[in-house]
Amino acid sequence: MANFFDNKARAAAGATNGASSLKNVAPKETQNLQPWVEKYRPKSLNDVTAQDHTITVLQRTLQATNLPHMLFYGPPGTGKTSTILALAKELYGPEMFRSRVLELNASDERGISIVREKVKDFARMQLSNPPPDYKDRYPCPPYKIIILDEADSMTQDAQSALRRTMETYSKITRFCLICNYVTRIIDPLASRCSKFRFKPLDQGNAKKRLEDIAENEHVKLEPGAVDTLIKCSEGDLRKAITFLQSAARLVGAVKPSQSKANGLSKKRKVVEYDEDEGAMDVDVDGDDDKMVTVRSIEEIAGVIPNDVVDGLIKAMQPSLRGAVYEAVANQVTDLVADGWSATQVVTQLYQKLVYDDTLSDKQKTKIVMAFSDTDKRLVDGADEHLTILDLALQLSGMLAER
Amino acid sequence: MALLVDRYRPRSLEALTYHEDLSERLRSLAQSGDFPHLLVYGPSGAGKKTRIVATLRELYGPGVEKIKIDSRVFQTTSNRKLEFNIVASVYHLEITPSDVGNFDRVVIQDLLKEVAQTQQVDQSARQRFKVVVINEADHLTRDAQAALRRTMEKYSPNLRLILLANSTANIIAPIRSRTLLVRVAAPTEADICKVLTKVGKQEGWSEAEGLNRRIAKDSGRNLRRALLMFEAVHAQNEKVTDKTPIPPPDWEALIEQIADQIMAEHTPARILEVRAKLYDLLSHCIPPTTVLKTLTFKLIPKIDDALKADVIRWSAFYEHRIRLGSKHIFHLEAFVAKFMRILESYLMGMDF
Repeated sequence: MANFFDNKARAAAGATNGASSLKNVAPKETQNLQPWVEKYRPKSLNDVTAQDHTITVLQRTLQATNLPHMLFYGPPGTGKTSTILALAKELYGPEMFRSRVLELNASDERGISIVREKVKDFARMQLSNPPPDYKDRYPCPPYKIIILDEADSMTQDAQSALRRTMETYSKITRFCLICNYVTRIIDPLASRCSKFRFKPLDQGNAKKRLEDIAENEHVKLEPGAVDTLIKCSEGDLRKAITFLQSAARLVGAVKPSQSKANGLSKKRKVVEYDEDEGAMDVDVDGDDDKMVTVRSIEEIAGVIPNDVVDGLIKAMQPSLRGAVYEAVANQVTDLVADGWSATQVVTQLYQKLVYDDTLSDKQKTKIVMAFSDTDKRLVDGADEHLTILDLALQLSGMLAER
Repeated sequence: MALLVDRYRPRSLEALTYHEDLSERLRSLAQSGDFPHLLVYGPSGAGKKTRIVATLRELYGPGVEKIKIDSRVFQTTSNRKLEFNIVASVYHLEITPSDVGNFDRVVIQDLLKEVAQTQQVDQSARQRFKVVVINEADHLTRDAQAALRRTMEKYSPNLRLILLANSTANIIAPIRSRTLLVRVAAPTEADICKVLTKVGKQEGWSEAEGLNRRIAKDSGRNLRRALLMFEAVHAQNEKVTDKTPIPPPDWEALIEQIADQIMAEHTPARILEVRAKLYDLLSHCIPPTTVLKTLTFKLIPKIDDALKADVIRWSAFYEHRIRLGSKHIFHLEAFVAKFMRILESYLMGMDF
């Protein structure tokens, strides 16, 4: 009898060992190539930044091991997917995760057939039993979770096909719908779920997170760089992290060609070799004297330098009418030739003009109309040069009215 | 004999003459081993493609230059067969999905998955991944872009994408946030002059500083166009001086004629004459947007300053219409009529 148990324990140990060693190898190889967004995805609910209310509620359900159907909504990059993945991991642990969680990214598989087959089959599936003593470590509640990411891009039909499925199998399955716009989810579905709103990240939390990542990756940041990151990403943490990684790659990657190593960086490198070899490349990047500058972040985000925009606005200022055309046309031609994206031009002009206190309300109303028209045209694929020139000239006319 | 543009196309990053910091960055990216997905954008003739080919060479060595053209057949869901051309080397593929119009999603999904699921065959290759260059990425449909999105994440160990686009406006945000944006600005006029001088010297042509400067100005900061114009001037004249006229392309000359006609007389009869010429342009496959844009910028210097803003406004308006509508001639003609009306009412000194 003792032997038998022994065997089983050994097998389990072997299995976990095998799994863990496999897992250790795989990430190390791909670690350098892995986007930081994935690398720094929160591992547990406590790690999720800045969604205090939601997290408290979820943690309570975690203790009670009962879960309602859930609907997460909020702007992109606020941690919706991260939260549910972290919750699922805490509930099931690494081994049961596969068999208990189905994650569907709705952006390419959204047809009604998928709901009828894949989702229904998974929902209908009987629960697999967790290995003994696994339950001590993870709660493993007796239900499965189906995560429907980007649920707002599911068709109406697919959503209504979900209605009954949600109820029929509610004993063994919980749904978690994730979407940006809660209005796109049909009412019958929304009323079956408890809703969680995800706020855009506030400055403080986002800043802390970015600084942590930068420190972990040994990326040096210019003062003000983090603020620029946050500003460019408009509260979208994922975007901010991607920008940070690209910027680090750009400035850091220069290192291998210049093989200068002063004492300090050498010492540091040795330490890092010890720590973990897989991350070596990244660390070497970070050691570079060059740091991530505000300008390099703006360049990656495609932000137009302020003086260019100011130059355009200055050219638009009413002088003797007529002289305006030449000045504006020159500025716009340069803008287009420099390859700045038209949407970015429109956004930045908008930000400058709408917050300009010297303009009257009436002027602003007209200006906003012009912007809306331009945006529509650009989305329709109209010629950028003509459209921007038209916008600039219209604006200049509006600025002239006092 | 190849055109100048092709003969003097720089083959390596070192040979590129302008935007040195950009070349430097591309080189360091290529050497670092951690090559991200790229989205390269900028106006045409700025050297996007040249830069990318040079970067590929930096990545894989001269092997990328041995290219062959494959023709593949894809089947859509409605069983239509699509022929699709692929330019490929051992290390990379180059595709233009907008060739197949609305079916680009099928091509993207099938082709990229197939490429991504196999590893690099050549064991001695410098990089483990293959590169797929997608031309005209801004003309991809939304569906195709959404399909790219998953592919980019899923197969990132085996595959790197380089997207080439004229503007980022039509590229969906998820793709933009997954790629490293590389802006290639058009060369300045001074840059173009330098290139022209260099090419002229190598060809052994007599040099005319002023002419080069004029070509650079007329090309609208488009290097390819400047080189073509340069070649045309030298082909037509044995001896060039600063004052040698630059022969405009036929279509531009025709548009110039149209502009003159429009200015001379504002009657329905004249519109009829103009229509014949516009039809002529369209039937020679000059894109309607180009026609409208060139016509507008030819008309602008001829009219009073007070009218310019108005004319641009209507030009932008009808250009948008061209984009939305299907019968181009209507909108071109409408613009002509509108222009005549604006001008006439201005000349008569009253508002209609």
